[in-house]
Amino acid sequence: MKNLLFTLGLSFLAFACGNPENDGTDSSAPPQSMIEDPDPGIATGKGIGEVKTVELTEPLNQDMLEMGESIYQMKCAACHKLTDQRVVGPGWAGITNRRKPEWIMNMITNVDIMLAEDPEAQKLLEECLTRMPNQNVSVGDARDILEFMRKNDVEKVGERDQAVEEG
Amino acid sequence: MIRLLPTLFLCAAGALGLFTACDSANTENVVNGDVAGEVYVPPGEYDEFYAFLSGGYSGQVTVYGLPSGRLFREIPVFSQYPENGYGYSEETKPLFQTSFGFVPWDDTHHIELSQTDGEFDGRWLFVNGNNTPRIARVDLRTFETVEILEIPFVAGLHCAPFITQNSEYLVSGTRFSVPIPQEDVAIDSYAENFDGAINYVSVDPESGEMTLAFQILVPGFNYDLARNGKGKSHGWSFLTTYNSEQAHSLLEINASQKDKDLMAVVNWKRAEEYLEQGTFETRNISYSHNLVDESSGIATSGEETSVRMINPADAPGVVYFLPVPKSPHGCDIDPTGEYIVGNGKLSADLSVYSFDKIQQAIKDENYEGDFEGIPIISYEAAIEGVVKEPGLGPLHTEFDGRGNAYTTFFISSEVVKWNVETKEVLDRQPTFYSPGHLVIPGGETTKPDGKYLVAMNKITKDRYLPTGPELVHSAQLFDISGEKMRLLLDFPTKGEPHYAQAIAADKVMPNVKKFYALEENTHPYVAKGEGKAKVERDGNEIHVYMTAIRSHLAPDNIEGIRVGDEVYFHLTNLEQDWDVPHGFAVLGNNNAELLVMPGQTRTLKWEPQRVGVFPFYCTDFCSALHQEMSGYVRVSPKGSNVALKWGLNENLSEKDMLSQAEEDGDGSM
Repeated sequence: MKNLLFTLGLSFLAFACGNPENDGTDSSAPPQSMIEDPDPGIATGKGIGEVKTVELTEPLNQDMLEMGESIYQMKCAACHKLTDQRVVGPGWAGITNRRKPEWIMNMITNVDIMLAEDPEAQKLLEECLTRMPNQNVSVGDARDILEFMRKNDVEKVGERDQAVEEG
Repeated sequence: MIRLLPTLFLCAAGALGLFTACDSANTENVVNGDVAGEVYVPPGEYDEFYAFLSGGYSGQVTVYGLPSGRLFREIPVFSQYPENGYGYSEETKPLFQTSFGFVPWDDTHHIELSQTDGEFDGRWLFVNGNNTPRIARVDLRTFETVEILEIPFVAGLHCAPFITQNSEYLVSGTRFSVPIPQEDVAIDSYAENFDGAINYVSVDPESGEMTLAFQILVPGFNYDLARNGKGKSHGWSFLTTYNSEQAHSLLEINASQKDKDLMAVVNWKRAEEYLEQGTFETRNISYSHNLVDESSGIATSGEETSVRMINPADAPGVVYFLPVPKSPHGCDIDPTGEYIVGNGKLSADLSVYSFDKIQQAIKDENYEGDFEGIPIISYEAAIEGVVKEPGLGPLHTEFDGRGNAYTTFFISSEVVKWNVETKEVLDRQPTFYSPGHLVIPGGETTKPDGKYLVAMNKITKDRYLPTGPELVHSAQLFDISGEKMRLLLDFPTKGEPHYAQAIAADKVMPNVKKFYALEENTHPYVAKGEGKAKVERDGNEIHVYMTAIRSHLAPDNIEGIRVGDEVYFHLTNLEQDWDVPHGFAVLGNNNAELLVMPGQTRTLKWEPQRVGVFPFYCTDFCSALHQEMSGYVRVSPKGSNVALKWGLNENLSEKDMLSQAEEDGDGSM
């Protein structure tokens, strides 16, 4: 059985290293068989999906971050810790300093396409070996989760939003 | 061999005076050209129709695609289904409750899809339980059984659950007449003491919830099959019966004595008027009504205690009888609602009645006597015409919407196409072998989709690679779009399909639910998030609020369980994506597994018998790390003071759960 799993793991890796085809075992992602120009979101680091720009609130919006925390508890906490500890998925501490807000929200709301096409998302899959599930989070709910992440970053690493470019 | 058996069959038919399809009976002759492309659905494409087949003695319903004949799903209805825990999980057990207690099996016969304006609307599927009289409702958004209603005062609910054109009622009748109410009497007092009942179950147009609206007390015959009028005949029901001889033993001889049996003709709109006027008797009797609450997914079993019974003696104009030759079985009504076909099993002819003529005969009181006061309409006055010697052993008829009818003939093993107006036989094709029901998509509605016909055969013999004495039943798909029927495909089925209904996929597919929203889950033991996972003790009851997501269960280490405890694993699947069920099984459990859909909570009861450490695991290969999705539960002796502890990714020995232990009175941290 160990051998089987190792083989499976390898096929995931192979897939994650650039083959945009659905792996077929673990996902409901539609096959991306058309070879098209890469999505501009890949070059800008904003990821692929309907989230193109995010207006960040200053100061943090209390209602949003509370809503974000409750969604986190229900749909995300099983795999993501609020520290930097990776369990199933990466820990969230410092995430807004590493990833642009658009990338984060696209990863949450458009995960199957992100795992198929976005090189940064694919790197995470290589590390974690479990595909992030589509938890059917709306863009509005993803925005609330982002607010909660920003608060968490302040608490855990002392700063937030460092991945946002000036201007 | 492949040619030998059909020959045998047809020779037997020939000996009975039949000369039907003798010269075209082998497969090589009936399949013309390359028909494979006509049933081939390329990878990634969908079938055009859903076909829902009853499972007979399997107690279930199966879902096939047409024209491919591919099996998509078995929907568990009246039988426990260890494959997903249906009837084993705490949430679904109450569906099996009846006035006889827990009855985990039944015999499904007739599928009826809900209708609006005489067409299928794709909302619900209804099916009968024959043995312990029940009707079930399946929600076609989830393909799950959501309601089961027991029908009192009847025995053998074969004649069920036939639907009216706006789903006002599901009409049924007793197959076996019995004393009403039941009493300890001599069996040979049948004629004196046994009665039948015709049952009208109403369907709530919004929720689909069923209610036994009323019953009609009728003579003690065997009520066999039924259809409801449509269009001009809407408001009337037609039920075939056999055994007007009222035999109670050796029915095959003693119930086949008379030339004609009787079809019950019921004016249910008239019955509604009597109900409104209070012309009914309230009969007290206990029967079960089991209903699933949609947001929690929990079934509860309720008790109904009375029914309104109409006695035709007090309510003239509600029930009539109509003579039908020789032990009729199927009773089918053409799409216009004008023609009613009675199929006498032992007759060589088909009788076609006219609704208009029936109405005229009633108006003129053109009766040929009565049975226990119920008028018998003159056969001559009601008959529209006879299809002469179309085959032997006619059972069931469906329609193509182009003026043609298709009837199965059990004994001569064929489907016969005939014109409803002219009664002329147009085509006949052999089936392999001995068909019972047949189905055309929408074939009993006002708008049949006359492209395909499926014959469901009772005998399989040499059609497939042999599998010992027990064989699957075989269905056969015909293209009926042209003048002649063309056999396209054989496909195996599950259990023993009786009736089936088929519906255009686009009436069902857009409404199919992909997962249950966690936010809407109101199960009292839901854990909406891993942070809510916990274990509680209440006396010897243990409740584990467990969550599942790829690829772990939480908690996955549990200690402090004792022999003699009743452990309830309440597993919430935290996934919110399509097709990601998680399963749950624990070593030594005496019932089944759980299969939990995304966003759903399901409960498995486990009564550990031995001291030790027992693994549990996810049974559905959910991810690359599925094999890792497991855990341990430690079982200590009765009276042990090992503290109740649980966790995930931590050592319980180092974990302080003092507050819980204190509440528990163990204090053994």
